[in-house]
Amino acid sequence: MRPRSSFRVVRFAAAAALGLALAAGAQAQEPLKIGLVYVSPVGDAGWTYQHDLARKAIEQKFGNKVQVKYVESVAEGADSERVIRELAQSGHKLIFATSFGYMNPTIKVAKGFPNVAFEHATGYKTDRNVAIYNARFYEGRYLAGVVAGKQTRSNVLGYVAAFPIPEVLQGINAFTRGARSVNPKAEVKVIWTNSWYDPGKEREAAMTLISQGADVLTHHTDSTATVKAADEKAVYAIGYHSDMSKFGPKAHLTASTHDWTNYYLETTQRVLDGKWKSGAVWGGIKDGYVKLAPMNPVVSKETQDLVKKLEGEIVAGKLHPYAGPVKDNAGKERVPAGKTMTDDEMQKMDYYVEGVQGKLPK
Amino acid sequence: MDFLVAIVVATVAAGTPLALAALGELVAEKSGVLNLGVEGMMLAGAVAGFAAAATTGNLWLGVACGVVAGIALSFVFAVAVVTLQANQVATGLALAIFGGGLSAFAGQPFVSRSIDGIRAAPLPLLGEIPVLGPLAFSFDPLVYVSLALFGAVAWFLWRTRAGLVLRAVGESPEVAHEVGYPVARIRYAATLFGGAMAGLAGAYLSLAYTPLWVEGLTAGRGWIALALVVFATWRPARVLAGAYLFGGVTVLQFHAQGFGVEVPSQLLSALPYIATIGVLVIISRDAAMVRLNAPASLGKPFHAGD
Repeated sequence: MRPRSSFRVVRFAAAAALGLALAAGAQAQEPLKIGLVYVSPVGDAGWTYQHDLARKAIEQKFGNKVQVKYVESVAEGADSERVIRELAQSGHKLIFATSFGYMNPTIKVAKGFPNVAFEHATGYKTDRNVAIYNARFYEGRYLAGVVAGKQTRSNVLGYVAAFPIPEVLQGINAFTRGARSVNPKAEVKVIWTNSWYDPGKEREAAMTLISQGADVLTHHTDSTATVKAADEKAVYAIGYHSDMSKFGPKAHLTASTHDWTNYYLETTQRVLDGKWKSGAVWGGIKDGYVKLAPMNPVVSKETQDLVKKLEGEIVAGKLHPYAGPVKDNAGKERVPAGKTMTDDEMQKMDYYVEGVQGKLPK
Repeated sequence: MDFLVAIVVATVAAGTPLALAALGELVAEKSGVLNLGVEGMMLAGAVAGFAAAATTGNLWLGVACGVVAGIALSFVFAVAVVTLQANQVATGLALAIFGGGLSAFAGQPFVSRSIDGIRAAPLPLLGEIPVLGPLAFSFDPLVYVSLALFGAVAWFLWRTRAGLVLRAVGESPEVAHEVGYPVARIRYAATLFGGAMAGLAGAYLSLAYTPLWVEGLTAGRGWIALALVVFATWRPARVLAGAYLFGGVTVLQFHAQGFGVEVPSQLLSALPYIATIGVLVIISRDAAMVRLNAPASLGKPFHAGD
């Protein structure tokens, strides 16, 4: 119900804007119309919030050269196809579809609008006018793991995770490898909530991990419930997506965040210049897509310096979270010493690395 | 031992919103009104409670606002089904959807705002007894409220004259009307009580269980509460036990995962519904059981003139 009603508002706004544009006359150059589709409300933190920060950056930088519109809470699937199509029909020449589940609808709609540039986040299908972009979240996870490994006293780290897909596993495994690089005794416990977004379950999972001895938690789910639970129980937490320090000022050590600003500004510039081309981008810390949030003062200067140094090595290409040897937690060697996991192998990851407890649910 | 205590404590917390909402629905159904809009009323209660608490900083005012929001929505429902005699199933479903949309809309400015929720507070002295202290005397205040409400509902329905009248209205509104009882007014009262309890359950979620507001915070707990009433065959004690059972399933599953035990979590999530269907099958085979507990006029409108 909601996507439809909020979309209507957008449509009215679009119609009104079009009216204004016509009234203003044809002498001024028409602004580039940009549309963004969000899977949830913008809120104060989280996946969509990060995309919206980048949207604001576009508006700030390009001013009246662009006209930016967003539609929030668009369900993946049929609803999203309608919203994306309407955006294309109402003259938007650059459309960001910011959720994995918009992949097929985007590809489908794009075929009918060859002159519109479509940008789809985290998917794997491209087309003549559909580019994809993603971030190497695991690089931030590795650094977060280093902080967690240094900070833990119980050597048990807790991870609240949504679904066992490669993107989430990359995070869990990189976090584990980061932690064990500074603390070989650290072990990671994972609890799957089978939901991207159920604060009740996320909190319950966090509480369970704490009662089983975890003293640093992190999460790959969309709410701030994990950080809040940690704060309540006086253990540490590492946020995800956004800086979540205000949700648990004492618990929050840092957060592994993404920042789409650079990508959105560059893409917009390319479309304005008429130089946009389809492609696939998977950027990391080096490109400014992945960042660590400011550290809690409880993290020692030594650890903070170490993280800075490692960050520099990742940027320089000297450190890779999946440089061999990589063993899974059943003891099987996945990457031999001296080699580094390829992007393709990473995107098919379906195992826990050494240091993660338990078995992956099938 | 410690983790056993942790499991019990978490189970009670997870079961409390289910118990609250289901007890309210039980009273409404006992009067013959089937309100399927529990999920919507819970969401309204959750958002109203959170908004009030976040704006004023007063958690108990938040709880009160949650209750009022639940009552307000159930009043709309009561007008439609009791006064205007609309179809209860259709109206209830509409209420569930309406509550979901309304709460999402009203909650926009509050999405992921942060408040300090209602915390568990060990009772003085009693809370310090080893094992028993954390097990029985260390919950947040609303858990005790829910237990008191459980006692009150059980006592009211089976030990008071007013409770008897309410059940009579649910069994046979015609007879109750002939004897001179105000059927419509009683059904209003029962429906509004159901709304208040659903609102309280919602406020518990947004103020104590997960102190934050996000769209769809209840995540289907209203539907589980509905299933629970049938599962419990309209008995308050079984409602309470069922709430802890359904609440405990998730908690146990998480603990099992943390210990590295493989569990089919999707199956466990479906358990409340499977159990309810099982109970439905059993009680509908035994007509006597149904007659004993299920209100005979459940879901049927009543015209005073018929």
